[in-house]
Amino acid sequence: MLAALPTQVAAAGAGSFRSPPIDWHAFAPLVVLAGVFVLVLLVDLFTAEHQKWLTSTLTGIGMLGALIPVLTLAVDGGDRTMFGGAFVVDDFALVMDAVFLVAGYVTVLLSTNAIAEGDYWEGEYYQMLLASVLGMVVMASARDLVSIFVALELLSIPAYLLAGWRKRELTGNEAGLKYYLMGVFATAVMLYGMSLIYGGTGSTLLVEIGRRMDGSFGATPVAALGIVFTLVGFAFKVSAVPFHNWAPDTYEGAPTPVTAFLSVASKAAGFVALMELVFVAFYGRADVYGPMMWILAAATMTVGNLIALRQTNIVRLFAYSSVAQAGFIIAPLAIAGSRGSAPDAIRAIVTYAIIYTAMNLGAFGVIIAVSRKTRSGEIASWGGLFEYAPGLTAAMTVFLFALAGIPPLGGWFAKFQVFKAVLSAAGVSGAALAVVIAVNTVVSLYYYAGIARVMWFEPVPDGDRTPIRIQPAVGLAVVLMAGLTIVFGFIPGTVAHFGNVATDLFAAAAGTR
Amino acid sequence: MKDLLNGWGLTAATFLPLVGAVVMMLLPKADEALHKVVALLTSSAVFAVVVALLANFDYDRTRVLQFGQNRSWISVINSRYIVGIDGISLPLLALTAFIVPLVIIYSWDHFPEPHNPKAFLILTLVLETGMVGTFVAQDLILFFVFFELVLLPMYFMIGVWGGEQRQYASIKFFLYTAFGSALMIVAFLSLYFLAKGPGGAPLHTFSMIELSRWQGAGLARVTGLVIFGGMFAGFGIKVPMFPFHTWLPDAHTQAPTQGSVILAAVLLKLGTYGFVRIAIPILPAAAREWAPWIGLLAVIGIIYGALGCLAQTDMKRMIAFSSVAHMGFVMLGIATLTSFGINAAIFGMVAHGLITGMLFFIAGSVKERYHTLEIRRLGGLLLQAPRMGWLLGFSAMASLGLPGLAGFWGEFPAILAAYQPAAGLNQNVFRVYMVVAALGTVFAAGYLLWLLQRVAFGVPTEEFVGEHVHDMHLTDYLAWAPMIALIVVLGVYPNLIFRITDGAVVQSVTALGR
Repeated sequence: MLAALPTQVAAAGAGSFRSPPIDWHAFAPLVVLAGVFVLVLLVDLFTAEHQKWLTSTLTGIGMLGALIPVLTLAVDGGDRTMFGGAFVVDDFALVMDAVFLVAGYVTVLLSTNAIAEGDYWEGEYYQMLLASVLGMVVMASARDLVSIFVALELLSIPAYLLAGWRKRELTGNEAGLKYYLMGVFATAVMLYGMSLIYGGTGSTLLVEIGRRMDGSFGATPVAALGIVFTLVGFAFKVSAVPFHNWAPDTYEGAPTPVTAFLSVASKAAGFVALMELVFVAFYGRADVYGPMMWILAAATMTVGNLIALRQTNIVRLFAYSSVAQAGFIIAPLAIAGSRGSAPDAIRAIVTYAIIYTAMNLGAFGVIIAVSRKTRSGEIASWGGLFEYAPGLTAAMTVFLFALAGIPPLGGWFAKFQVFKAVLSAAGVSGAALAVVIAVNTVVSLYYYAGIARVMWFEPVPDGDRTPIRIQPAVGLAVVLMAGLTIVFGFIPGTVAHFGNVATDLFAAAAGTR
Repeated sequence: MKDLLNGWGLTAATFLPLVGAVVMMLLPKADEALHKVVALLTSSAVFAVVVALLANFDYDRTRVLQFGQNRSWISVINSRYIVGIDGISLPLLALTAFIVPLVIIYSWDHFPEPHNPKAFLILTLVLETGMVGTFVAQDLILFFVFFELVLLPMYFMIGVWGGEQRQYASIKFFLYTAFGSALMIVAFLSLYFLAKGPGGAPLHTFSMIELSRWQGAGLARVTGLVIFGGMFAGFGIKVPMFPFHTWLPDAHTQAPTQGSVILAAVLLKLGTYGFVRIAIPILPAAAREWAPWIGLLAVIGIIYGALGCLAQTDMKRMIAFSSVAHMGFVMLGIATLTSFGINAAIFGMVAHGLITGMLFFIAGSVKERYHTLEIRRLGGLLLQAPRMGWLLGFSAMASLGLPGLAGFWGEFPAILAAYQPAAGLNQNVFRVYMVVAALGTVFAAGYLLWLLQRVAFGVPTEEFVGEHVHDMHLTDYLAWAPMIALIVVLGVYPNLIFRITDGAVVQSVTALGR
């Protein structure tokens, strides 16, 4: 299908403007999200303050509604290409769409009460959330530098606003501003890199860039510079060390549901872009991105873990833990260029992203439920949680040890796939990275188990054992995520399947070379 | 019946405890008696299944995997649900199924504080699933999952119900073992990628059977050594071998009695079993190069453990150090790479499980009655609780390797095997090991008799004079009698186990050229 592209591009350039053919089925998830966005805007305009719950309900339904076309597209099978190859709906895109929409839905569940109670602007909040998810869904299908950039801005700008949503608090302002300034800076670097690549290849289409990269331009230093700068922009998005400084302050200052959203969905979107760039556009230049990703991965997991060890605030700890987790997800990219390793790398990243979404969102669900009672972010305030909230404690234990990668909870399979990918390269660098990952897994175990220790072994700090009243929406989110985490661990075949089909991102690109 | 066992026997033995645990989760916490009954019934059912397996096991073909099942599990990575037992797994499987009901019986009126029988028994059952699963799994990933499954329940058991230093001990236990397992899984994956079939095509399998058939053919020497090193980290820390042993005394001392018993009786064996089942058969060439070093660490462990015992002031901590020494004998037997040595090692695992388990039971009961385990403050147990005192003497005798009791058959053949190690190993080195290990048995007699003398003999210290100390409870009789009986039976008729293990061991060392 993609082989027909060049002629299509040529045809578009030759005549006067003709509207490109639009496949509305492939567009349906975007249309649903955009439609719900408008609907929420209107509902927000014409409802009284006590009816604002409608906006959250509509947003939730909208996220699930957008999943329906994703499912029909998956059943339908076959890749759909539009706009001369700039927008592709393949299995990779569909799997990631589903991750973003489920993450968005769970974020709505987590937000419902927190936003309604917190004197925040409800209608606008959900519009921003929808816009950001819309950007992510575009990102999953973008196969062109311009569409990637548009998707990035569409998902980032609402996220900047969401991060600063607690506008009457200094930490909230700090969160928003820090995120925004660092984000804009990274975008600027990325745009510079993209311009170098466009200048050298004469195309913004990833497939086309990939072809030129294999040719003479690919060997020039300019190409290497362009690749590095472009990737750095997304390294910021996934909070890889040394571009992670914004994450802890932003995560702490933002409303907790937004933090959950940023640490999962926004990060996954960054990985989607990284994968598209590496596997389609830059694949031939493994000598550039391979070492870069190796260092990023090793530095990210090590620094993230070491700083996480010292945290006393639960949200900050999760901020650094999510930095460290990003390191694990980057690791397969370091060996992606070795012969035959690309499918393994995609499998590992997609599998990890799916499982990480389940376990991290679940953990934030518990954090939201517990902090409503303790009114504190300090880990010490979680003491003796087992005595008065055994259900939440059990769920949190599941999430924590899943994040640490202890079988039979979901996280082990994610880590396993990463190990498998880096070892598939059959080289010393892959094996060395595997050992770095192994050591880091154990380091992370220390702080995850530390939270479990406080919940299970410590006494209740203030002796207040009143049970926690869990709001139904948060409870549903926690139960859903805990269920997924456990199922992924016992029957990894379920999630492995999605990782497997997503490899068509590379297969399609390789087919055009 | 036979068909049912063939198809479902091992799966039932593995997952019945988990079913019981789920049932208990749904029962109300207040009804403690119900929880105890459900837990005991579940573990007894597992024991019954294992007895049925024992009865239907074909003892003439112990080298062949029996009751095997091979089903698809994670098809993407070609990891399969393969279970089966041969002569090596059978004794350890039986030991596990035997110990857990006894632990539950012992717990009946002795639940550690904070009192929460529901949670405690659920964890015990989850542990049982992990332990049984490890011994029956024939796929590396399946093995890994079960091997790790025991970590969480044990972590909570030590951390919630342990002694004063419980938080430190539990996290130390967890981190040490997790570190080993992380390197182990990397080694397993390397095997997956590097194993090649006879035609040179990659095998891409985690099946232990296929990998043992491959035996590292065509693998670069250094690569083989490094991969073996990864597995050594995983199994060696679990055993634990000398430089990695420091988690053990803390974990044992702080764990509740039941935790200590399970830890000593079964958990440590997961490591030694891993060597015999996985590391040596799959990479025999690397094993031969590692063997002298493993043997060295083993004899250091024997002497170091013994000296450590002499320095202890706490009874439980002393028994924990004696475990380090005993596992040293087991590892020495394995390091000889002979069928004689490995047979002795497997016997040693079972014997150590029974004897040290018994010692920890008694230590726990002493602690419950005197509220201390400081050897200095104890004394005259024979006067105040004569039956317990005699049992302590009996277990100490068994532990120091008195002929006629089970401990003897674990230690003596292991030492003897070091006289004539497998072809290709340096005889002189192993003979030195033999002498050192033999000296270790003298130390063992020393520290155990010294313990007996200070705790059981003499008169009670002033602190406890005139205090009424309850001798054995009914639950103690029920829990301990089978263990004592088995120690005697195995001591008198060791062939009971050697007959089972020998065929399978001979099979797995044929790879080593003997």
